[in-house]
Amino acid sequence: MANQQPSSGNPRVDIEYRRKKSAEEMRYQIVSFTLMIFLTIVAFVAVGYEGFSGWFTVPFILLLAVIQVIFQLYYFMHMSHKGHEAPALFLYSGVAVGAITILAFTTIIWW
Amino acid sequence: MQAEEKFTYETWPAAPEKATLEAKNKFLGFWFFLGGETVLFATLFATYLALKDKVPNAEAALAKDIFEIPLAFAATMLLLTSSLTSVYAMYHMKNFNFKKMQMWLGLTVLLGALFLALEIYEFNHYVHKFEHTFTSSAFGSAFYTLVGFHGGHVAFGLAWIITLMVRNSKRGLNLYNAPKFYVASLYWHFIDVVWVFIFTVVYLMGMVG
Repeated sequence: MANQQPSSGNPRVDIEYRRKKSAEEMRYQIVSFTLMIFLTIVAFVAVGYEGFSGWFTVPFILLLAVIQVIFQLYYFMHMSHKGHEAPALFLYSGVAVGAITILAFTTIIWW
Repeated sequence: MQAEEKFTYETWPAAPEKATLEAKNKFLGFWFFLGGETVLFATLFATYLALKDKVPNAEAALAKDIFEIPLAFAATMLLLTSSLTSVYAMYHMKNFNFKKMQMWLGLTVLLGALFLALEIYEFNHYVHKFEHTFTSSAFGSAFYTLVGFHGGHVAFGLAWIITLMVRNSKRGLNLYNAPKFYVASLYWHFIDVVWVFIFTVVYLMGMVG
């Protein structure tokens, strides 16, 4: 069991290393969360503010949503970690099909 | 490495969510499912965008009449925070701290339940104040299908996490249940991903007009 882990022969060293790695990851996740909250507030303020026209606000808040989702996927859902090649393939295939569907429904369908 | 083996903090593997073959398969299969979910929600978004504000007469309420910033903002904050609490739960899972993982999962469930309660209030409010119902217009059908499907995912996610917490409450962490907790947390994050697009496309773009 223990021989299946990368071990330096001194388990304390690995524990220390792992604890440091987890703490570092947690720091990234806190930063992501702060950014996500910030982006959300910016989007709500942009909509609440009367001075912007819809031609500016709509693309702007869509961009903020995409940035926020990237943080969610890569930090909260760990896609930035190794071994996520297949998940990325699955997810981006879904995104591609979804994008074409949305494009079709919003441009070539009208009534 | 066997699923039922007893572990300590020292022997717990660094990536318990992928330590066994079953766990690896679960991880891959679940991401495949999330790719499919992406397409499912994209089609619902596409339908909503095509049918937004398509109402039978001039008296019927439009998106800019019914949506309000405080309600959408409160729901967003609840779900976003619940995403963070489930990140904390997985942090403690990786550190082999079962009690703290259960505590943070409990908090996630609480926030998710508050979100769901707010959504029920919201739908009730639209139906009674604006007569905006599932059958009142194409706009209404598209809106309740999209947002309702998301709410259904929240309800399913809550039931899933509660079931895991109850069923494993006396078992503690091992390689049999660690992947289960991990996959449930992925599902919960995905619900939040979908909500980011819902609050942007439905609520905020609706208020813009």
